[in-house]
Amino acid sequence: MSDAVEVTLRAVGVLAAFLVLPLLVGQTEHKVMAHMQGRLGPMYAGGFHGWAQLVADGVKFVQKEDITPAAADRRIFRFAPAVALVPYLVALAAIPLSPDVVAADLPASAVFVLAATAVGILGTLMAGWASANKYSLLGAMRAAAQLLSYELPMVLAVASVCLAAGSLSLSGIAAAWSPWWLVFQLPGAVVFLVAAVAELQRPPFDMPVADSEIVFGAYTEYTGLRFAFFLLGEYAGIVVMSLLFAVLYLGGWRGLFSDQLGWLWTLLKGFCIAVVVIWLRVAWPRLREDQLQRLAWLVLVPLALAQLAITGVWVVTTA
Amino acid sequence: MSQQAKKPGGIGIPGILKGLATTARTMSKPAHTAEYPDAPPHLPPRSRGVIALLEENCTSCMLCARECPDWCIYIDSHKETIPATTPGGRERQRNVLDRFAIDFSLCMYCGICIEVCPFDALHWSPEFEYAELDIRDLLHEKDRLGQWMPTVPPPSALDEHSAEAAEIGATTRPGRLVRTTPARPPASRATPAGQQAESAPDTAPETPPETAPETGE
Repeated sequence: MSDAVEVTLRAVGVLAAFLVLPLLVGQTEHKVMAHMQGRLGPMYAGGFHGWAQLVADGVKFVQKEDITPAAADRRIFRFAPAVALVPYLVALAAIPLSPDVVAADLPASAVFVLAATAVGILGTLMAGWASANKYSLLGAMRAAAQLLSYELPMVLAVASVCLAAGSLSLSGIAAAWSPWWLVFQLPGAVVFLVAAVAELQRPPFDMPVADSEIVFGAYTEYTGLRFAFFLLGEYAGIVVMSLLFAVLYLGGWRGLFSDQLGWLWTLLKGFCIAVVVIWLRVAWPRLREDQLQRLAWLVLVPLALAQLAITGVWVVTTA
Repeated sequence: MSQQAKKPGGIGIPGILKGLATTARTMSKPAHTAEYPDAPPHLPPRSRGVIALLEENCTSCMLCARECPDWCIYIDSHKETIPATTPGGRERQRNVLDRFAIDFSLCMYCGICIEVCPFDALHWSPEFEYAELDIRDLLHEKDRLGQWMPTVPPPSALDEHSAEAAEIGATTRPGRLVRTTPARPPASRATPAGQQAESAPDTAPETPPETAPETGE
């Protein structure tokens, strides 16, 4: 009985984090992007500096009509937003905020989280295929190509960290982390961050939803709540990737008062990474499709392989 | 990115970092946003918000209505007879303005009506908050146009070294010198010898410099 209660509590906790953190990131994006462009951003919703803007957006999305195109593959079309959203919820459950604050402590959580986040792209693919719209299909194909090219450097970068730590568990990796890794694993960290931004289809890697070329990619035909789920999935993805980066490369909960405030450190570090992801969106223009592939295969993959080799040599010599 | 790095004149990666620096610098500065409904906007002097009518100055001469490029000024008037002020004098007539309306759904704010008005009855007002929900409500009659008159700013001061306004110059300048040649106009046709001799000393100092170069050639 107590097991069931504990499972329920953990699930509710993860769900609460899943619903709150993406909104926090979204609101941060509104404000940071606005100020980087010399604007103020939302100022009215909720009173204080528009803090309730995304809540208001959610209410608006709920009120919109939910349209399914006549030619669409109805069941898959309606199911796709869940496929895009739920993997990030699952991944969030396996990311430790501190050795104690983790919903599901898995032995190979690094592999698990990477696998779960890669499933999210399937939602985009399903949406694009089922929409019966050429722009949606183009967007979905671009998303698939992007996933294929960027999953490899990402996995290689994470493999390098796992090798250095001698553990596949995120808790173990953060426990084995030392500040020297900031330099030692820097190429891998850069590769991971670039690949994460690309996998989230965030600018400058947003060709799958490039609105000036293919309307809105795989999400063109979506309206109302289902469209909001895709957007929520994007911001949940930022949360997951930022926390993952914080745990893998920034030592997670390591810091002052880490015994009491460990989980706060992880959240803070993850938030900083999320701000960097937002910053990249504001500062850089979108890459072209061929530039994207060139970057992945000619820059990121060799870099990640070199990082893996260096780590391997280091592990062998120190062991 | 590797391709981009080569393109913009060899600045490459620094160019990308410059983009990040620019956005970060912008974020550290205060925003440019003017929170209009909460904060009054800063309007430049002589801004063209709406056209105000000073009804007392209008003589219903119709110049504005006729010069208006899109015919958005409507004027109705009638003539009123003023009885003679002195016994046996002449009765006079003057125009009385019945209706003066500007259709701001047609007006293109060119300001020609204000320019052509000979009596300064039309003025630019900076007031701009007169939006309506129905386009037909933008036809404003003379009482509404008159309400904007208090918002008209005083004319801007002249530049420091500019010539003084013609009206002021006319009143402050000393009166024109009265020439002591009462019989001159008739003298233009028939010139008595005595008067010509009298005017000769005036013109004499001017002629030598003019003629001197010519004689030299």
